[in-house]
Parts: sequence; structure tokens; C-alpha cells
Amino acid sequence: MLAAHAVLIAYTAVAVLPVLFIVMNSFKSRRAIFLAPLALPGPGSFDLVGYTTVLKTGAFGSYFANSLIVTLASLAGIIAFGSMAAFALAEYRFRLNTLTALYLMLGIMIPIRLGTVGILELMVAGHLVNTLVALILVYVASGLPVAVFVLTEFMRTISDDLKNAGRVDGLSEYEIYFWLVLPLVRPAIATVAVFTMIPIWNDLWFPLILAPGEATKTITLGAQQFIGQYVTDWNAVLAALSLGIFPVVGLYLIFSKNLIRGITSGAVK
Amino acid sequence: MNALELIGITKRFGSTEVLTGIDLCVDEGDFVVFVGPSGCGKSTLLRIVAGLEEQTSGNVRIAGASADGVPPAKRGIGMVFQTYALYPHLNVADNMSLALKREGLPRAEIERRLAAAAEMLELGPLLKRKPAALSGGQRQRVAIGRAIVRAPKLFLFDEPLSNLDAALRVNTRIEIANLHRALGSTMVYVTHDQIEAMTLADKIVVLNAGTIQQVGRPIDLYTMPANLFVAGFIGSPKMNFIGGDDALRAGAHTLGIRPEHLTLAANAPRWSGTVRHAEHLGSDTFLYVRTSAGELTVRVAGEAHFRIGEPIGLSAPDALVHRFDDRGLRLGQSSAG
Repeated sequence: MLAAHAVLIAYTAVAVLPVLFIVMNSFKSRRAIFLAPLALPGPGSFDLVGYTTVLKTGAFGSYFANSLIVTLASLAGIIAFGSMAAFALAEYRFRLNTLTALYLMLGIMIPIRLGTVGILELMVAGHLVNTLVALILVYVASGLPVAVFVLTEFMRTISDDLKNAGRVDGLSEYEIYFWLVLPLVRPAIATVAVFTMIPIWNDLWFPLILAPGEATKTITLGAQQFIGQYVTDWNAVLAALSLGIFPVVGLYLIFSKNLIRGITSGAVK
Repeated sequence: MNALELIGITKRFGSTEVLTGIDLCVDEGDFVVFVGPSGCGKSTLLRIVAGLEEQTSGNVRIAGASADGVPPAKRGIGMVFQTYALYPHLNVADNMSLALKREGLPRAEIERRLAAAAEMLELGPLLKRKPAALSGGQRQRVAIGRAIVRAPKLFLFDEPLSNLDAALRVNTRIEIANLHRALGSTMVYVTHDQIEAMTLADKIVVLNAGTIQQVGRPIDLYTMPANLFVAGFIGSPKMNFIGGDDALRAGAHTLGIRPEHLTLAANAPRWSGTVRHAEHLGSDTFLYVRTSAGELTVRVAGEAHFRIGEPIGLSAPDALVHRFDDRGLRLGQSSAG
């Protein structure tokens, strides 16, 4: 018991400390960051210069908005389309059911970045470069395989009797999906939401390639402007990253109550 | 008019045929039980009647009208499921009234039916509770209530007692029988438990491997089983089967004798053997006897004391010995031997 806790505490420290250092140092002067990176901000070292720089650059609010729009829209798309596909795969017997499931699962095995060149060509042809739509489309596509896979498994566990009772009571298939099945797989949906949300928020690759324009920059990409080839404004980088953490933490807290149920359901029963 | 009519129902899943040429008529007001071992197709047949599964060929007629292609909600049925299948996020009253709301019944009528069903099933104090706050027996009563409020032409029960414990099962069985008496509706009930079938049914349909083995009143199935399968399935403990010379002498391939029809015979027994095991139930004693004709089970009324290994003689009146031919079909009672 004690050993288990020690392991967990050590792991938590490894996970949390880097984040803590980022937040801590974002409140310190440049000199203090380099002199004593592990020290807490004190009367001598406290400095908000990083935050003032970040907020002065002006476009930062729009980076924030871009990140939020892209993440939330992608999440909505992944959950809406993913759960519908999962319902069909879990509920209906049809030719090509297994084949469709396998096809969707290929997406888990092949990283979407391998297709970057093709995606870029596609977006250029569709005049979607430097739009948020481009990012949303890519993220929805890359998030769907895992979502379909996880939700299908969860939906299979819902009793057929319940769905049949709905049919006898006159519910349509859409109502059974939306009104009976979705509420029951809510923990699974929260799990999928958290696990797909974080990589989307943190992604640097596709924003850099598909939407590097000033109007469509996401916060992760925006923070990079403070990292120069010769001079890096560490105060600003750390402040930008600290600000970038909060929205995900907020979203995580919203989903986490369900998330824990999703991960442990089936494990304890 | 038949409450339910099945004409040549066949169901295939891929290349496996789970139901073959099922023909059946159910009279109005009858309590019909589909019984058979698991995998015999009885639940599939019920789902076809409900419209939850589509037959590969054949026709379903409910109350004289063709039900083929009619969605479950429009067939005039009420269904009770093995796992209760209550909507977890609705309270008892909403669970029971959902279908009525979908049908667009006036509010007053819904209230009236809800109150009547709650009264009948003693659900009054539970109406505002969620299913999670109910016991198994209460949930099953709600599930039955959900079927009753619709005033269906046909009640369908899919193994409704399987998830209840033994004591509750007997109580609920009696409640269902009372319900049938009170409502006088046609009921179709699926179970693998022959006791439920015997106690509830006006008419039992024995299914095995996707075909109907026999249809009849419970007592007829007991006294005149049409074949070896029905003979072995109905009755507990199982009927004794004797082959070989004993059967040949009686002009049959197999003889069947129920454990309660074997009598202890001190003089000139038909079979003699030794007691291998005895089960004392108080009301009865089951003796497992090793004889030259194989192991025979004997049911002796009351308490009987036998030592293991004790020699014992057995007889049976000819009128109670069932005879079956080499295809397992009934030949009528023993005439010789």
C-alpha cells in the first residue's frame, strides 16, 4: 500500500513539476529565471513582464479564440459523428459491418501526419489554407477512429432489452440513439473528449502547415513567436504557455467527473 | 379469431437456421408458454412476434391482421423483458407512461390508466422513484405495469422471472397468473423453466432446435409426450429411459417411465438393482438405483430410508409406461411385457 502510494506520488511529481516550473517562472524576471530557476517568485524576483509582453502583442486574444474554436468544434464533430458511427456498428447487423469497423480502425494505426503533403494539397485545392475549417476538418478526421472504437465497445455493453423496450414503446432509432444510448455512454464520451481534446489543443504541426496566417494562429503556434533563432523571450514564452494551460484544465475539470467513471467502469463491478 | 397466428415462420442468421417452419395458432385469452432449452429459438420467435426481429419467411398475424413489416410499437403488443429494461433516467410513472405519450393519448386518460395499473400492481408509493431505487421484484412489477397501461392485444413475456431470486420468483409467478385471470388478455410467455411452463400455461409449446416438438395442455404433455425430447424435458426429476431387450419385449425401441410411476416391489420385481444415492426432500425421497437396465430414478412419497448399496426391486404399471419407436416418436402405452 505504502509502496504503491510512493510510486503514484513519484509519478505525479514527474508529471506536475514541469508544469509547476513553467507557471512559477512565468511570474519571475528574466534574470531570476536564469539565476534560480527552481526558486519560487519572491519580492526581489517577482515580475509580470512576461504577461505584459504577451498581452501587448495584441493578437493574443485572437490566438486564444482560435484555439478554443478549433478545439471545441473538432470535439463536437468527433463526438457527434463518432457516436453515430459507433451506434450503427454496435447496433445493426449488416454486410460489411466488420470491414467498416476495421477500416475505421486503420486510422488508429496510421498516423495522420504521414498524409500531411496530401492534406496540404487538398486544402490548397479547396482554398481552405489559412482557415480554421481546415484545422477542424483534419482534427475531426484524425480523432474519429479512436472515438468510434471506444464508443462502439461501450455501446455494445448496453442491454438489447433496453433498446428493444424503446422500440416497443414507439421510439425511433434516432430517439433510441440520442435519448437512451447517449446518456448511458456519457462516461465514455467524456473519456474520448479528454483524450482527443488535449492533443488538438497542443498541436503545433497542422496549425503551422495549414493555418500559419496571423488571423488563424492557435495559441500553441502563437507562443512560438517568442522563441527566436538567436534570442528567446523566455518570460513571454512561459507566460503564454501558462495562459494556454488554463482552458484545457477548465475543460478537463468539466469532463473529469465522468472521465473517472469511464475509465474505471467495467474494472469494478 | 386468433389472437396470434404464425404461419411457416423460418429464421436464418447467415447460413444457420434457428427456426424452421413454425406454425401456431393462439386463441384469444390464452396463456401460451414457449419452453425449451437455451438456443432452441424460443426467444427469437418471441422477438419475431414483437417485430424486433424480422422472419426470413412466413407470416405473423396479430388479432387477425397481418403484422409483417409493422413496427413493434404499432402491433398492439406490450412486452416485459428479462432484464426489466426500465429507462434508468425516468421515474416509475414516466417509465410506464412513455408509450402512451408517444401514442398521443389525452393526459387524463394517461393518468387514469397509470393509476389503475399502479393500483393493480401496488406501485402507488413508488411512482416518483427512479429504477435504481427499486428492488428487483419492484422493477419487474414496473416493467409489467409498463406493458399493462397500453392495454395491448397481446402480452409478451421474455423470461421475466430469470433474474429474480427463488422466493420472489414463486410470488411473481402467482402474480402473473392472477394478472392473466384479472385481465383475460392473451399472453405469450417464454421460459426455459418447465415448472413455470407447467404452472402458468393454458397451452405449452415445446421447442427444440428451432422446431415445435409438441403443443398442448400442460397435463397432456406430461401424460402423453409426443416424443422422447418432450418426455425428457417435461417433468422433474427427468423421465427414465430404458432401451434394449426390455423395450423390445414391449414392442418398442425405448421405454419411458416417470420416477413417480416406479414402485418398490419386494416380490417379482421387473427390475432389480442397488441404491446408489438417495436425496431426502422431506416431502419426497429420490432414489438413484443402479439396475441391469441402467440407472433409474425413483420418486418415493414421504421419507424413505435406504442404505447406499441396499438391494431394491422396482416395478411399474403397464398403463404408465410410455413407449417410443426408433425415431423417438410416441407409440402409446405399453401393451405387453
